[in-house]
Amino acid sequence: MTAAIELNAVEKRFGNVGIIRDLNLSVAQGERHAIIGPNGAGKSTTFNLISGHIRPSSGEVRLNGDVISGLGPFEINRRGLSRSFQVTNVFSRMSVWENVRCAVLWATGHRYAFWKNVDSLPEVRERTSQILDDIHLTHRRDVPAGLLTYAEQRELEIGITIAGGANVVLLDEPTAGMSHAETDRAVALIRRLTEGKTLVIVEHDMSVVFGLADRISVLVYGHIIASGTPEEIRRDPKVKEAYLGEEAH
Amino acid sequence: MNATTTSASNISGKSAGDSLRFYGVWLVGIATLILLPMIFSSGGSLTSFSLIGIAIVFALSYNILLGQTGLLSFGHAVHYGLGGFAACHVMNAVVSHGWPVPLPFIPLFGGLGGLAFAMIIGWVMTKRAGTVFSMISLGIAELVASSSLILRSVFGGESGISTDRTALPKMFGWTFGPQIQVYYLIAFWLVISAIAMYALTRTPLGRISNAVRDNPERVQFIGYDPHVVRYIAFCFAGFFAGVAGGLAAINFEIANAAYLGAIQSGLVLFSTFIGGVAFFFGPILGAILVTYLQLGLTSVTGVWQLYFGIIFIGIVMLSPGGIAGLIMMHRPLARAGTLQTVIPSYVVAAVPTLALACGVILTIESIARTHSGQSSPINLFGVAFTPASPMTWASAAILIVVGFFVARLSWRRVADAWDRAATIARDRGYLA
Ligand SMILES: Nc1ncnc2c1ncn2[C@@H]1O[C@H](COP(=O)(O)OP(=O)(O)OP(=O)(O)O)[C@@H](O)[C@H]1O
Ligand SMILES: [Mg+2]
Repeated sequence: MTAAIELNAVEKRFGNVGIIRDLNLSVAQGERHAIIGPNGAGKSTTFNLISGHIRPSSGEVRLNGDVISGLGPFEINRRGLSRSFQVTNVFSRMSVWENVRCAVLWATGHRYAFWKNVDSLPEVRERTSQILDDIHLTHRRDVPAGLLTYAEQRELEIGITIAGGANVVLLDEPTAGMSHAETDRAVALIRRLTEGKTLVIVEHDMSVVFGLADRISVLVYGHIIASGTPEEIRRDPKVKEAYLGEEAH
Repeated sequence: MNATTTSASNISGKSAGDSLRFYGVWLVGIATLILLPMIFSSGGSLTSFSLIGIAIVFALSYNILLGQTGLLSFGHAVHYGLGGFAACHVMNAVVSHGWPVPLPFIPLFGGLGGLAFAMIIGWVMTKRAGTVFSMISLGIAELVASSSLILRSVFGGESGISTDRTALPKMFGWTFGPQIQVYYLIAFWLVISAIAMYALTRTPLGRISNAVRDNPERVQFIGYDPHVVRYIAFCFAGFFAGVAGGLAAINFEIANAAYLGAIQSGLVLFSTFIGGVAFFFGPILGAILVTYLQLGLTSVTGVWQLYFGIIFIGIVMLSPGGIAGLIMMHRPLARAGTLQTVIPSYVVAAVPTLALACGVILTIESIARTHSGQSSPINLFGVAFTPASPMTWASAAILIVVGFFVARLSWRRVADAWDRAATIARDRGYLA
């Protein structure tokens, strides 16, 4: 079976600085893959490269076998890849309901339609309420997204990401800044909402990573130094030295 | 903090009461348009109403860009003007070829004129939003305005293209000679356009336009190309601006370079912003107020633009949401039934504020009139002041100084009253 995501010898330079160096990564269909690494390692940059936010300086990115590097973010999204952002990135002046609904519109085939009443599209309404239910924000549906609490905004961020029903989901530090209880809730949410999908998650919280991931890749200075099951990663001496050692104090 | 539960009860399916109120507002608006000329039937008011109607269509079209999509255009009058020219040319062609096109259809051609130009230049213009878009719009506006003076066969040079609306085929026996018939034609197109533009905000495109306004980056990650969204919105705005231009061409029986000039572009920005871009009815209020002020002020003062400037600065600074924003601020208070807490403080504050305004007006008029060598008295609420006389200066000084200090006190009272009302509203769950 072709991999859901495949990066082959991807490089990214900003000016003269090589941020991503010879990055090779393969994520199988239906796999839950975590990317870990120290601050500034290039994890978010990797997401930006995969999702079309920026273009690789060289190398190729494949989604379900097709080369997608060079495509725009919306083209990649239409092929079934969706991502969240490390820094909450929502439509702040619009209500929670509107936020999620906008994320549902393309996937339900309504695109740029200017001849349909958005309030009378049953499948849009059902899917939007379903997502709101899933992210526990039904009671906040009319609140402008900018007025939500931080944890609520993070949940909305996940909601927007999965609303389009993409099969490949990239989550960039979804639990960053959350309390323990909020983190547990968010992890349960992620687990449930990405059931049967391919998930790539960047996360600093090791309990989340080892609890959720089928496979883990360790990114250091823009290069993957190890990739394997949680057990393999835990035992890998390079990882211990480069990353887990400093994290575990 | 149960504000959200109270107000969040319904959004997907509007309740019966809500939709009744919704249609009620539209029906009242339409009834007002029908009845207005019966109440105020003088020639002057008919002309004013006609101009206001045109200005409303124009301002609503502008808000498709500014309020809905977040595009600040400095050249929206280009589409208005081209719509006007298109309408004039079509009218003249209809007359000379004897085509069976009655006058009420002409604004459609104005719209197509505005749309055609939007479709041609829009793709390049809307590639980027923000400052880039604004600057390009300014450049295009200059370009079109200067071409309009060069391409004489199309734009008629200095004198413009004139036409005769009564020469077109009649409809329902109406010649559209009398202003009242023109008014109803404008009112008809106003209703159609307003409904269409409102409906546009309730479509998938309309919702995504808002999303593009808020966060064009994120839109790309939910499947949308913000460039396409901006382009389509731009085309709609161009179309309805063209309709407004077509109506103006019918009203004045002429289209000239002033239609597409910078002043016209500035005026529509001004109206829309003053009215409030965040609400659909904002530009309507703005267009009414600005047109009314423009017509009223030009006849009483030579420096009406100065007053426009002061009003604009005042609204931008005190109420960035415009008049509509100011009104809608009171909605939670009205719902919570605490409006009576603030209203009296407004009334109290209005008196010194008005005195202050009178003082400023006296000063401005004194300076303006003495400098332009005029000595006509300044008429303020029936009191005549001789420009720059000691008596006038003294009155102005007293009004300004006393007005200012009392106004400051009374506005502090307003703020206190607001706090009290808002606290109650918050307790009752109508305010977050
Ligand atoms: N657009 C850009 N231009 C220049 N440098 C950039 C750009 N984007 C990222 N970088 C740099 O690339 C490096 C990797 O950044 P990135 O955000 O991918 O790290 P990260 O692994 O996600 O870190 P964190 O854990 O802090 O989120 C950083 O040094 C950053 O400064
Ligand atoms: Mg990051």
